[in-house]
Amino acid sequence: MTGSLAGGGFAGAHGASETVIEAEGLSLTFQTPDGPVNALDNIDLRIAKGSFVSLIGPSGCGKTTLLRTIADLERPTGGRITVNNGTAEEARRARAYGYVFQAPALFPWRNVIRNVKTPLEVMGVPVRERNVRARKALEVVGLEGFERKFPWQLSGGMQQRVSIARAMSLEPPILLMDEPFGALDEITRDNLNVHLLDLWNRTDLTVVFVTHSIPEAVFLSSRIVVMSPRPGRVLRVIDSDLPRERSLDIRENPKFLDIAHRVREALREGHSYD
Amino acid sequence: MTASMSTATGSGRQAPGGATFGGVFIASVVVLIAALLPVGELGGADASLIGSGGTIALAAVTQLVLAMAALSLGLALGPPSAGSGVLIAGAGIAIGHLLLDKVWDGLDLSVSVGFWVVLALVLCLVWTGMGRLARQRGNATRVLVPLLFGGLIVYVWELTFVGFGVSPVIIPPPTDILASIIANRSILWLDFQHTIVHSALIGFAVGCAAGFLVAVLIDRSSFLQRGLLPIGSAVSAMPIVGTAPILISWFGQGWPASSAVVVIMTFFPMLVNTLAGLQSTGAMERDLMRSYAASYSQTLWRLRLPMALPFMFNALKLNATLALIGAIVSEFFGSPIVGMGFRIVSEQQRLNLDVVWATIAVAAVVGSLSYGVLTIAERVATFWHPSQRGEG
Amino acid sequence: MTDAVSAAPVPRRPSAVRRAWSAYWARGRTIPVLTVLVVLIVLWYAAALWVNADRAERLIGQTGEEGIVAYATAVWNMERPALPAPHQLAEAMWDQATGQAITSNRSAVHHIGVTIWSTLIGFLAGTALGIVLAIGIVHVRTLERSLMPWVIASQTIPILALAPIFVVVLGQLGVTGVWPKALIATYLSFFPVTIAMVKGLRSPDILQRDLMHTYSASGSQVFWMLRWPSAVPFLFPALKVGIALSIVGAIVAEVSTAAQAGLGAWLLQGSYHGLVFRMWGALFFASALAIVAIALIALLERLVVRSRGGAA
Repeated sequence: MTGSLAGGGFAGAHGASETVIEAEGLSLTFQTPDGPVNALDNIDLRIAKGSFVSLIGPSGCGKTTLLRTIADLERPTGGRITVNNGTAEEARRARAYGYVFQAPALFPWRNVIRNVKTPLEVMGVPVRERNVRARKALEVVGLEGFERKFPWQLSGGMQQRVSIARAMSLEPPILLMDEPFGALDEITRDNLNVHLLDLWNRTDLTVVFVTHSIPEAVFLSSRIVVMSPRPGRVLRVIDSDLPRERSLDIRENPKFLDIAHRVREALREGHSYD
Repeated sequence: MTASMSTATGSGRQAPGGATFGGVFIASVVVLIAALLPVGELGGADASLIGSGGTIALAAVTQLVLAMAALSLGLALGPPSAGSGVLIAGAGIAIGHLLLDKVWDGLDLSVSVGFWVVLALVLCLVWTGMGRLARQRGNATRVLVPLLFGGLIVYVWELTFVGFGVSPVIIPPPTDILASIIANRSILWLDFQHTIVHSALIGFAVGCAAGFLVAVLIDRSSFLQRGLLPIGSAVSAMPIVGTAPILISWFGQGWPASSAVVVIMTFFPMLVNTLAGLQSTGAMERDLMRSYAASYSQTLWRLRLPMALPFMFNALKLNATLALIGAIVSEFFGSPIVGMGFRIVSEQQRLNLDVVWATIAVAAVVGSLSYGVLTIAERVATFWHPSQRGEG
Repeated sequence: MTDAVSAAPVPRRPSAVRRAWSAYWARGRTIPVLTVLVVLIVLWYAAALWVNADRAERLIGQTGEEGIVAYATAVWNMERPALPAPHQLAEAMWDQATGQAITSNRSAVHHIGVTIWSTLIGFLAGTALGIVLAIGIVHVRTLERSLMPWVIASQTIPILALAPIFVVVLGQLGVTGVWPKALIATYLSFFPVTIAMVKGLRSPDILQRDLMHTYSASGSQVFWMLRWPSAVPFLFPALKVGIALSIVGAIVAEVSTAAQAGLGAWLLQGSYHGLVFRMWGALFFASALAIVAIALIALLERLVVRSRGGAA
């Protein structure tokens, strides 16, 4: 159950279970004015190409820190992180991933399409190709027609979709998402979950998704990594054998409830509920 | 709110919240009385708003009737309507104009109660109109209300100063200032070029550019920032205009010395504000650029400078005022032969106060215009900022 | 992999000395400010060498000495330098402050006193006016729409430039002595106070205002219990700006009317008679006055904040 891809349907369509992200003995200690803080402790994790992996755990357990380390936004103080068979920094310089934050972080002086083009401009992509890619990305998240609107004219959910489109415009093989739907209401969240799953199904993306919502993690993922409270460790890795094509109704499916139960058990064992 | 009012008073047809028929009637009577009261003496005979010495001017009567109609309609319309504010204020303006006309004709105000009644009526009407307009939304009323207020002040100024024959030596009425500007326009133009175009504008441009450049240069050094910012705040507290005599002794008399004073005055506000603006970008946005492997200059150009614009505009608006003050006041020192500051001091000593007031009026207009231009530029460049969208 | 006990040792907490050092160096302000000041003083000495060049050459020509050391010594100790060296200026200022009888025209203390008196009156009046205006603007809608734009516009008119005419007009009306300067100080200081207090009086949360509403609090109760305490923290930065402006205003008024006493008068005299040390002294004393005044207000602010229990 741990460390392998079980069940049918998800890895097979995209070929071998090639490892895209690997952490070995990864540790991270922050130096703060109040002393050292052990955020990550000896993490071993392998993420296969084309999988949808959720990191779940209580607040402060280091799941965001782990994601940021993969993104080379933090440097580990121990162990190793490998992305696409190279270091995290090389992956970042090669723009191998798109990162979606908790808040949309759109530039308010740019309209929607110019926001989506931001990473393409930084990369120096030629102008015509920028337009093509940006429009495609907006189509993928279902926001065609909103190109000329400004961020403040959109709802929170739509802004977050623009943020996802922006991450997608790079056409990266990896998508890193840090509680992207946390600030939204449940109905919008459900909607966006369906959108995201649909996006994952249609492309070859590897997604690493940080969340603290158990139903969201179970709904979206092919694999769920449960983390312990600080210092963050991997408590358990739970593979999901739910079918790849899912609708919201699956949340009442007994298999769904079983997986959710297992996640909750793992959290309890790790004293997350203490 | 309005429904209850119309049922409570219950006297037949009326607009929501509007005055009753009785109210409008009373208002009209008041206006009529005010129109007939003697407001002063004109050519030896008692004069009222609509005529003097027994004759009645048709034009004045027409204007009065129109005013009464506007007032009635405005009152009937009720507070929620913007039109009511405009109409009532308009009525006040029309009546006020009748009074002003008489004063310009040479009305002698020494004996009249009527004058004060009419003036009170005019003020009351315009103030009520303003009050109703103030409750409206929209850009037009935003401009209209302060204009009406300013207009009121200028009106009372002109009316009382001309009407009571206040000596123009102290403060002339607005029309005299206007006449003086036109009469002295060639001197004013020379002074304008010297003080505004040379001293103020060049100093402003150099000082702001220098402040901006230094801010960008020390952006990467937190050490230098922590060293320069407290000094910058201290310098802003100092009376920089006091450096004028020193700079004059170095650069000699003329606009370069004044320009230098302006450069010193405008440098630090621009530096401090640009730095604050550059630091205002959030960690999330900076991480975003880092995830794109964006270089320092790409991040600076695409993210941090646009974010800094609102702060920079604060400094620009402040510096515009400082530049004007610095340019003019630095001419109080030394012995210049041209310039607005020089003109104010020298003409005041010769008691040619009309030239002084004309110069002051030009300075006031330049100050307001530059502030207005910067505000418009700010709106265009930082349209996205919450403060510009009315949410700030 | 799962539930493994942490094997990595926890790093030792850095020593107190190291923490203090990193706080001072990485975050403190004293060292950077001192460094910049030292650099500025060095540049000042260097600039003196350059600016005083002509006069220095004449001096050296007279003594016949040569060499850099002689040149530097001559420049830095000239009698009538174009740019006095820091130590010369410090000496002169010390003499002006302490070496003269307090009532004499050559005493800095005398002139500072004259300037302070009118500044303070004007500043206090301006602050009071600003507060009253702010209260009016916040509570009366018409005033807000009509006054605010004019309050802002009033500042685009360079009152400092109007100082001379101001004093003349007031003189004609029989207002002389300390009052014209005080009035100018009032005009200059009311604006920042008005803007800040309007912002402060409006700062209470809608939730807090609704709370007062549920208590059926009267208008003045809402003002004294909620709005005023919320506005006080906004007042102090405006006071700092206001006092600096008032000082400048008083000085400019003195300059433009060729007053006999006061820092502005001193500045003017120095300028007319070519008394370099008086000019520089006046400028530095005025600056010192402004900085001390602001420091006092900052102290007052800290006391008030502490009496309210810390953070605003």
